[in-house]
Amino acid sequence: MLDWLQNIGQAGLRVFQRLGHATLFMLQILVSIPVLFRHPRLLIHELYSVGVLSLAIIVISGLTVGMVLGLQMYNTLVDFGTEDSLGPVVALSLVRELGPVLTALLFSGRAGSALTAEIGLMKATDQLSVMEMMAVDPLKRVVVPRYMAGVISMPLLAAMFSAVGILGSYMVGVGMLGVDDGAFWSQMQDKVMLDEDVLNGVIKSIVFGMAASWIAVFEGYDAVPTTEGVSRATTRTVVHTAFAVLGLDFVLTAIMFGDQ
Amino acid sequence: MSDTRVARQQDAMLVRINDLHYARGTRKILKGINIDIPRGKITTIMGPSGCGKTTLLRLIGGQLRPSQGGVTIADQNVHALNNTDLYQLRKRMGMLFQSGALFTHLSVFENVAFPLREHTNLSESLIRALVLMKLQAVGLRGARRLMPAELSGGMARRVALARAIALDPMIMMYDEPFTGQDPITVGVIMQLIRLLNDSLGMTSIIVSHDVQEVCAISDRLYMISDGYVVGEGGPDQLKQSDSGWVRQFMNALPDGPVPFHYPAPSYAQDLLQGLD
Ligand SMILES: Nc1ncnc2c1ncn2[C@@H]1O[C@H](COP(=O)(O)OP(=O)(O)OP(=O)(O)O)[C@@H](O)[C@H]1O
Ligand SMILES: [Mg+2]
Repeated sequence: MLDWLQNIGQAGLRVFQRLGHATLFMLQILVSIPVLFRHPRLLIHELYSVGVLSLAIIVISGLTVGMVLGLQMYNTLVDFGTEDSLGPVVALSLVRELGPVLTALLFSGRAGSALTAEIGLMKATDQLSVMEMMAVDPLKRVVVPRYMAGVISMPLLAAMFSAVGILGSYMVGVGMLGVDDGAFWSQMQDKVMLDEDVLNGVIKSIVFGMAASWIAVFEGYDAVPTTEGVSRATTRTVVHTAFAVLGLDFVLTAIMFGDQ
Repeated sequence: MSDTRVARQQDAMLVRINDLHYARGTRKILKGINIDIPRGKITTIMGPSGCGKTTLLRLIGGQLRPSQGGVTIADQNVHALNNTDLYQLRKRMGMLFQSGALFTHLSVFENVAFPLREHTNLSESLIRALVLMKLQAVGLRGARRLMPAELSGGMARRVALARAIALDPMIMMYDEPFTGQDPITVGVIMQLIRLLNDSLGMTSIIVSHDVQEVCAISDRLYMISDGYVVGEGGPDQLKQSDSGWVRQFMNALPDGPVPFHYPAPSYAQDLLQGLD
């Protein structure tokens, strides 16, 4: 019984210790961000591998999610004779919720895990040490560009996801199921507010992007420098990002839409 | 008069390691090391595998913190420097890592060019000339377009050597420079180390087990065992040493005071004990 309590206590302490490490690490990243103004090419290279290479999965997922949404929502709406509001219903779910959340989850699976594995392997093969010995700060050279690339890419990818999703539901709703073309767009224009819905969605995706990138680079930098350690860190990145994004989503939603 | 002589003697030592202690968790690895590394000379640190030689180099480079004692380089205490000063100092230090540690996403050429691009504003043609010069010195000019994954272990370490010397550092640390090289390459690398040391006025620190090779090129040798310095002196001095530690190591004898085994209970006892 006492052992059990002790174990819980120790695990708790470890969690807080890691959180402390992660916070310090984040602060170090933040003060090092100006380095990107001097070496913009580092950022551009990472934007490509983090952002551009994630485009395919985001577009395909966005399209299918939009198509499925269109189909499901139509089936419900048509019972009430309100299938003309398919446009706003789909757009609101995508822009407010599904776009930011699903993009963040896909992002951590596609790009976050890769970031962790890359940084972790660089650590395991002494590449970070060798940089330090060459008087090149691996935090500035390796971590900061990857972190910023994630932060910048996420909102863009989420916007892409929502846009493609709306297109998917349009194809299904208007193209296949016979929803009125004009009503689809005009109702959407009417109901989706730029300052409430779109802006809040963008804020969500920015917050998720910061959290997902933070977790990914921290797990990589903090990984036990062995094959097994890196593989564990990669798994942790995906799992922790999922928890963080879903938890943050609830908090943000409560703040943004709770009083309506 | 004696004061100035003391001062000059001190000046002759570029790196001073003073009562250095280091522990990993509860395991003490270095237990009070004193080593002086003379300026412009080649100093070798020998010792059995796992005795903490790589650890010692990392302590000198300021990557690890000692639990007691310290390292001074050119009268600067490495572990008391702030980050900026430490990085300034490291710009003048080169280190060949035991594993090579090439950047896997860069070609051989870009690996060697990396420190030049980071720390100088040289033109592209000058960088090219310098990189080719360093690669020529290690015999791999023709391999400059290969990626690290396409190199053999020995080749990768030679590229790492070319990269480490790219900025012509003041202090060069070689962690096992001869491991994994064929006899011809060993000879070339020995000559290269000597040449760099003498022509550029470098100070070289070699970590190695290869007794014959290091005796041939070192000015001074230190032997470490079990966390202590157990022998020091010039090559001839050490060969004639009557210390059991030194004799065993220099002559590669299996029995003697240097433990071949990692600390363990007796073998027979261990076998009879059954499962843990
Ligand atoms: N990351 C680490 N964590 C825990 N212990 C370590 C770590 N790295 C090294 N050690 C321990 O420190 C001791 C010294 O290691 P070090 O790498 O300095 O040995 P070495 O003298 O360079 O050996 P070799 O000649 O085989 O390269 C070893 O016994 C090893 O068990
Ligand atoms: Mg070693």
